[in-house]
Amino acid sequence: MSEVKRFIDESLAKTGEQPDLLLQHLCSIQQRFSHIPEEALQLLSSRLQIPKVDIVSVVYFYAFLHTGAQGDFDIRFSDNITDRMLGNQGLLEGLCKKLGVQVGKPRADGRVAVNLTSCTGLCDQGPALLVNGIAVSRLDENRIHKIVGLVEAGIPVARWPKKFFAIKDNIQRRDKLLNDIITQGSAIEAFVVKGDEALLKSIDKSGLRGRGGAGFNTASKWRLCRDAPGQAHYVICNADEGEPGTFKDRILLNSYANVLFEGMTICAGIIGAEKGFLYLRGEYLYLREALENTLQERRDNHLLGKSILGQEGFNFDIDIHMGAGAYICGEESALIESLEGKRGIPRNRPPFPVTSGYKNQPSVVNNVETFVAAARIAVFGSDWFRSAGTDKSSGTKLLSISGDCERPGIYEYPYGVTIRQVLEDCGATDTQAVQVSGPAGMTLPPQEFYRKIAFEDVPTGGSFMIFNRQRDLLEMVQNFSAFFCHESCGFCTPCRIGGHLMDNLLEKVRVGHATSYDLQEIKNIGQLMQKTAHCGLGATAPNSVLDTLEKFPGTYSTRLLNRSYEPAFDLDAALEVSRHLTGRDDEAAHIRYER
Amino acid sequence: MSTQKKFRLDGREIPFEDCETVMDAALKAGEYIPHLCHNPDFPPHGSCRICVVDINGRHQCSCTLPAAEGMDVDNSSEAITDKRRSLLQMLFVEGNHICPACEKSGGCQLQAVAYHAGMLSPHFTHFFPKRSIDASHPDIVFYFNRCILCGLCVRVSKDVDKKSVFSISGRGHRSRIIFNSPSGKAADTELAITDKAVSVCPTGAILPKHLGYETPVGERLYDCKPISVVGDVAQHLAVKKPSIDGTPDE
Repeated sequence: MSEVKRFIDESLAKTGEQPDLLLQHLCSIQQRFSHIPEEALQLLSSRLQIPKVDIVSVVYFYAFLHTGAQGDFDIRFSDNITDRMLGNQGLLEGLCKKLGVQVGKPRADGRVAVNLTSCTGLCDQGPALLVNGIAVSRLDENRIHKIVGLVEAGIPVARWPKKFFAIKDNIQRRDKLLNDIITQGSAIEAFVVKGDEALLKSIDKSGLRGRGGAGFNTASKWRLCRDAPGQAHYVICNADEGEPGTFKDRILLNSYANVLFEGMTICAGIIGAEKGFLYLRGEYLYLREALENTLQERRDNHLLGKSILGQEGFNFDIDIHMGAGAYICGEESALIESLEGKRGIPRNRPPFPVTSGYKNQPSVVNNVETFVAAARIAVFGSDWFRSAGTDKSSGTKLLSISGDCERPGIYEYPYGVTIRQVLEDCGATDTQAVQVSGPAGMTLPPQEFYRKIAFEDVPTGGSFMIFNRQRDLLEMVQNFSAFFCHESCGFCTPCRIGGHLMDNLLEKVRVGHATSYDLQEIKNIGQLMQKTAHCGLGATAPNSVLDTLEKFPGTYSTRLLNRSYEPAFDLDAALEVSRHLTGRDDEAAHIRYER
Repeated sequence: MSTQKKFRLDGREIPFEDCETVMDAALKAGEYIPHLCHNPDFPPHGSCRICVVDINGRHQCSCTLPAAEGMDVDNSSEAITDKRRSLLQMLFVEGNHICPACEKSGGCQLQAVAYHAGMLSPHFTHFFPKRSIDASHPDIVFYFNRCILCGLCVRVSKDVDKKSVFSISGRGHRSRIIFNSPSGKAADTELAITDKAVSVCPTGAILPKHLGYETPVGERLYDCKPISVVGDVAQHLAVKKPSIDGTPDE
């Protein structure tokens, strides 16, 4: 029996043969063999009863899955703008040179491959990379040098120095959520004592709104789901923290997992769910083992499983499902598709997940931070929660702060805090711009630093990236634009094509080849995407471009050619072949541009 | 006592039943809303975005939007047409659509919708992608240069023909149609010329072999009347044997 077959037999026996587990099996196979072998595609197709073509299309959808072997060491270099600001490109170049490998092309001897990947959620301790799925932080030349030595010596990742993998929580400011430690089980006890309706009223009164950024009222969502008819109800925690610059869920998953599971369990009690999922982004694979252990400990303590806390009929358990490198799966309906083992294409809505979610059954999808807050409210009450924040945005918010400041990390603030206050606290000086809520969010110039973090002013999922005056904002915009091109699911026309057109136009600006006509084109395409895209990814993808065009016009205007129109291709560059063939490189063999 | 529910489309009252979309109700009432990935015989998809309409300033796809009492739908203002035109232009530059050299010309829904929207040029910079032709199948040829990723063949092969011959692979602008066969070629799939999936393509990406230029240019489906009058090309394809240019096979 082949090694692949043996592995898949074990994986199927251990995890199950339901078709919705396809992605989970693919993740394990990728992890074990550094790719999905042809044999695996065929085996999975026959065992899971899924056409092979659909399995192939899933493999090609997720960035962490490959059909070609990546080698003993599969290295993914984090390429968020914050990694770039910390010098990741020089380090990447050095790594590739020393290893004798090109980005995206596995080395011929099967030892190593180096790829780029979107933000890995380590912006406060970057630059970062993933090696065989496990995060290495604080890269510098010394560390790169050592990694090269370990790779060449063939030392398994499990035996690499522990300090490479040390990820700090890095909490710089605590408030309600991170301060008041609750004892294990106390939120569930509160639920059992108060009853579902009273607790739901309490959460309603607290004014808790979804922490992922959209800000839907949590109690309303739970109530809508509870009241929706279905064969089963589901609780889903969105831990696909993919918005570049966000890493606050990393801390909650690492140090507050019990509170999170407590929140999910009371939600299950209220909506009548027996099954829950934690959808964990592939980049956080290193957190999985501890999370599984916490779940087991809770089962042992009767806080999960059958008859929770001895309550007849209160049954609930949680499975961890891994993502595999797809930002779009942070969108709740795409996440559900991914949970079902499919490509993460956002669904048409209505119906919404509260009535038709996982397996078309009523499902609550909430952010990690929302469940943590709900558990706190169950214990401490709505007044406790309401005492912080603003009228429309009660409670506190975790900000993931990175970029140009002295003290990056996690900052918990009551809603209503000004951008200026945040910048002062983290030691940011000479700030040119702040990107709030990630590439999909807002670019704020200094004249808007009086504004407040709140749903009614500057809403955010938690990303807060700071750029000082030495930075070229076009570099930021291009990084975001490339990110959205890479992460577009390709379903709808405006995002699939518009995003790519816009990315090309931005490059035209960068190389000094664009005119004011091109800026108008960028605006038109951006507005079309905002208005007509299928989902939030496509609709928000142009935000940073449009924001900077309006608020930082100099970023663009100083690079423009002074003419009304310039073709998309560079005429002079196109002549390079002719120059080479004729052996001419004199002035007359060039077309020069007047500025 | 029941009262007929209605919404307004460009000022005209359109009656609708519960669970109908804006598209369903409009087509039933004889009003044309341009569309490509939508085929009224199958569940709505919502990917091409061509059927976008404006409802109180919000842009929504009429093929997936449930109709609601009192809606005021803008389907034909210059602002909406302008957006559709841009989306169409994007589809044209994404692939390689050389209409004069395409056998489907005149019977092509993409071309007809573009005419309807008043598209005169592709406007955007061409991607000029390198895409292949798969002529391995004895009866059918695939011109991927003309594929607009509407997903109709994928859906129909899966849901109607029960064969799952196709899937969309990759993501973003690297998305592409792939075949369910060990070789990756169409010849090694279960696809047959009589499959419904073969006759639902709105462009010239999937064509039957051995039938070239049956109907002269000038007499083809959209040559004399616009698509708003003629309707979708798929409606005009004979079930028994589809023809290339959309003219019913007698």
